Amino acid sequence: MKSLIREHGARALRLIFLLVLLAAPLAAPSAWADLPQQTPSTFAPASTPAFSIFGLSVFALAITGGIFVVVGGLLAYAVVRFRERANDDTSEPPQIYGSLQVELAWTVIPILIVVVLFLTTARIIFAIQDAPQPKDALDVTVIGHQFWWEFRYPKLGIVTANELHVPVSTPQTPQPTFLHLLSADVDHSFWVPQLAGKTDLIPNHPNETWIEPTHTGLYYGQCAQFCGVQHANMLLRVYVETPAQFAAWVKSQQQPAVEDPQVAAGREVFETHACANCHAVQGTGAVGTFGPDLTHLASRDTIAAGAANNTPQELFNWIKDPDSIKPGCLMPSMQLSENDIHELVAYLETLH
Amino acid sequence: MADQSIPIGGSLDVTPQVRERLPLLDRLHEWVVTVDHKRLGILYVLYALFFMAVAGAEALSMRVQLAVPNNHFLQPELYDQFFTMHGTTMVFLVGMPILFGIANYLVPLMIGARDMAFPRLNAFSFWLTAFGGILLYWSYIGGFGLYGMGNAPDVGWFAYAPLTTKPFSIGSSIDYWALALIVSGFGTLGTAINIVATTLSMRCKGMTLLRMPLFVWLMLVVSALTLITITPLTAAQVMLLLDRNLGAHFFDAQAGGSALLWIHFFWIFGHPEVYVLVLPVFGIASEIIPVFSRKAIFGYPAMVAASVGIAFVSLGVWAHHMFTVGMTSVGNTFFVLSTMLVGIPTGIKIFNWVATIWGGKVRFQTPMLFCVAFLFQFLIAGLTGIMLSVAPWDWQLHNSYFVIAHFHYVLVGAIVFNIFAAVYYWFPKVTGRMLSETLGKWHFWLFLIGFHLTFDTMHFVGLLGMPRSIYTYQADRGWGHLNFIITVGAFIQGIAVLIFFWNVIVSLRKGKEAGNDPWDAWTLEWATPSPPPAYNFASDPVVHSRRPLWDIKHPDDPDWKYES
Amino acid sequence: MSAIPVSPAAESWELPSRGKVGMLSLITGECAIFTIFVVGYVFYLGKDVSGPTPGQVLDIPVFNTICLLSSSVTIWLSERQIERGRIRAFAALWALTLALGIEFLIGTALEWKKLILVDGLTIRTNLFGTTFYSLVGLHATHVIIGAVGLLVILIFTLTGHINESHTERIQTFALYWHFVDAVWVVVFTVVYIVGR
Repeated sequence: MKSLIREHGARALRLIFLLVLLAAPLAAPSAWADLPQQTPSTFAPASTPAFSIFGLSVFALAITGGIFVVVGGLLAYAVVRFRERANDDTSEPPQIYGSLQVELAWTVIPILIVVVLFLTTARIIFAIQDAPQPKDALDVTVIGHQFWWEFRYPKLGIVTANELHVPVSTPQTPQPTFLHLLSADVDHSFWVPQLAGKTDLIPNHPNETWIEPTHTGLYYGQCAQFCGVQHANMLLRVYVETPAQFAAWVKSQQQPAVEDPQVAAGREVFETHACANCHAVQGTGAVGTFGPDLTHLASRDTIAAGAANNTPQELFNWIKDPDSIKPGCLMPSMQLSENDIHELVAYLETLH
Repeated sequence: MADQSIPIGGSLDVTPQVRERLPLLDRLHEWVVTVDHKRLGILYVLYALFFMAVAGAEALSMRVQLAVPNNHFLQPELYDQFFTMHGTTMVFLVGMPILFGIANYLVPLMIGARDMAFPRLNAFSFWLTAFGGILLYWSYIGGFGLYGMGNAPDVGWFAYAPLTTKPFSIGSSIDYWALALIVSGFGTLGTAINIVATTLSMRCKGMTLLRMPLFVWLMLVVSALTLITITPLTAAQVMLLLDRNLGAHFFDAQAGGSALLWIHFFWIFGHPEVYVLVLPVFGIASEIIPVFSRKAIFGYPAMVAASVGIAFVSLGVWAHHMFTVGMTSVGNTFFVLSTMLVGIPTGIKIFNWVATIWGGKVRFQTPMLFCVAFLFQFLIAGLTGIMLSVAPWDWQLHNSYFVIAHFHYVLVGAIVFNIFAAVYYWFPKVTGRMLSETLGKWHFWLFLIGFHLTFDTMHFVGLLGMPRSIYTYQADRGWGHLNFIITVGAFIQGIAVLIFFWNVIVSLRKGKEAGNDPWDAWTLEWATPSPPPAYNFASDPVVHSRRPLWDIKHPDDPDWKYES
Repeated sequence: MSAIPVSPAAESWELPSRGKVGMLSLITGECAIFTIFVVGYVFYLGKDVSGPTPGQVLDIPVFNTICLLSSSVTIWLSERQIERGRIRAFAALWALTLALGIEFLIGTALEWKKLILVDGLTIRTNLFGTTFYSLVGLHATHVIIGAVGLLVILIFTLTGHINESHTERIQTFALYWHFVDAVWVVVFTVVYIVGR
């Protein structure tokens, strides 16, 4: 029995192990089958460039998978078939030093594979990177900050933060969005996997990218170039909306700030406690640009670039001590009294 | 098993058998002042194993933090220091020293030389590297950083500017990083110069370049590559230090400086660097696989040509780390092509190893187990590298956990596995004792299971959109379960490594006596006693083929009859 | 003592000098460092946001260059002397080489004095200042190291410790000095010809 295991066990066991381990993550049901809707999977494209990339990736996977099966199979066969048996004599096997034909063969075949894969890849690079911008494409300027996203729609006169709204594109009415990428400080990277590959935001080096979402919905992403201590919480939300929804959103964003007299006390706290040094609210004296524009803060689902939900309680905690939600972020705690903060929150909650 | 005295001038140990054991302090002093390549090699390896434990602990801490979403095990500042120090340590204080240390020990023995070309430079280089490492780790405690966490660098091992410039990195953590690596870089340069001079100028009679063991060939190629790989990093780090401390503007956007310039310079270093790390293990595999398959390496000239080819092409692929920075489509396309091309000589090497095993009589002792795993894993790593070379796909995969999975597949799956193979293979030569096969097999299987659990899974969490360098992640991303599996695998690897350390400690005292040539191998180091005397060979060997000991063991069928 | 008869081919076994291989390896690494600084210099030409430009403040250092490049000739001549065992002639040419190197350093110092005090150009003034001082300074540092080496060997020579048997080591060191001069040809061309 022991000799049987020694003969077959080690090799066969190893192969089985390998296959099981490679397959396990696929098989684990909780890890794959019931992924939340918002998983930003590169295998769930929802926009033209993401679809192109997905198609190319399947092709590349097929080629590399084929190579793995062939070469891995030969290797597995070799280590099983040519292992030393217990009853072998001690003579050495025939010494083969090489073969020119074999070397040529396994040089030429990979070269051919490379040619095919390269040409296919080149085609997609040019198709995505050099896609001409249609005249009616939506223009958005993205400015990366530590640790939040500024979005400007120059032709629409809109300034907002962290949550990008774009119209869906249909075959009848194509509607891509072209993004102009800038940075106010260090390197960042704009990555919403279901909508496009990532493109970096580099100071002094403007970049361009584009998306053309084909399905409405909410898509997750986040900064993908380490930019400092709160890089992990520089999250992205892209709302792909019907033309009607998008038009409505644009209209409301173009209004100046809501002026509700009931929260005048909160507005006074805002204007007198240095908030205006960093933040802007259209229609007031606050024109700071270091932090996000708050004119329509209440229209957003999250605060702190997605680190917290936009609820009064979270907003209270954030203003009281930003480090409690995003330790190391660049918003200081202004040491306001609890009463002041409550009034401030009440004011901010009116900024739809 | 060939344990008979081999009539090459090494087997005569003319040092007196009985030696008084010096007091401890004197013995330590001998080690501190040694210029013997064998002792320096051992010092390098011990140094690297120590830092492997440290960097491994950093990794396990990070894995605990990431095991569940929104975890609070590590504060973000500390997490950022850990992932920076883990990468920096593993590349500069583990990978380079252990491979150059193994080379230090073996190269003179394999070419029949008495020592390296410049023994004092050898010692100086080791101590420079050692000091650089201590300087890097001093940063943890040297002065208080911005958040009171000590001052270890926290910008990633790639340290992109302008995050590393004074306005964004207050304190001296980056200065520690740059200075420590400049210092240890000079040490690396010294060793590279030494290895080039040794292999070109100190080979024994009859050992033409095309009769050198493949490990020596690979170390020659690696050392030449190192000369022009480390130096760009040194230059860029000097530029960074000038920016930070003398007000220069190399990476200062406001003065017209360019963040992109750092990225280019870093990867002009960074890509060839990973070949510096992997090429030596190709050499190790090329020594071990033939011996345990009982066949000569298949296609020796092709292996040499492929190694040189890889080194050259690797100098032209660096911007495949930069597909997302906004290069032109033509620029991106060029680097796609060059990267795919470097896969060809790499693949040729894998085919030659398989052909070596083919038709052999494979013995599955621990060194071979690690080498077979290496072959499978390096194949996969190379294929995920090809996937990453497809630039549009890289626009998704870049800076995600898919990339981390790929490069750990190379660094751990290929390099660490091979280093373990090398230790099990040459430990008997270095110490005179065999490592325990039983413990070795426990080490191997546990490490294999842990490795695959962690790094196979990691590919998928990257495909699901998880970026790297994040200290936590949201619960609704769907990454929690996979991250937990990754963490479990990491701890299994940790246990395996502990078993390895235990094996080393136990075998040093109680391991089976090895003799000259426990594996029935064919290169010159196996002609000496174990451990070899200080002078290596009692008289200079003369060789006539690539496998001098094969010729002696098979006088009726020597290699020089068949070698081209 | 192998068990196989020694074949005639193995009788003559000539390998390159390890000193020269080592020095050439060092030079290769140094070339890579200089290349990075030259690339930085060229990349930033014309990208200054402010401050003096090369054309405004740089004078071509003709005399300095002649001195440094001549020192390559004098060191070459000195190598020929020690090959023939003519130590006095060797020492004279060697000292001349050192003098020419020192002249170059003095000339560089005077140039920098003018740039800093008269033109107000420092490493932090603008991109030109940054790249100029780092590249030219890196080269000057290598000249200083070479000069120190020249001096040490000169002292050994004058105290009677050098003879014909040291020829190969002298040649190895001379390689370094030639390298320093070759780098100056590149730096000179990039900074004072192309970049101005």
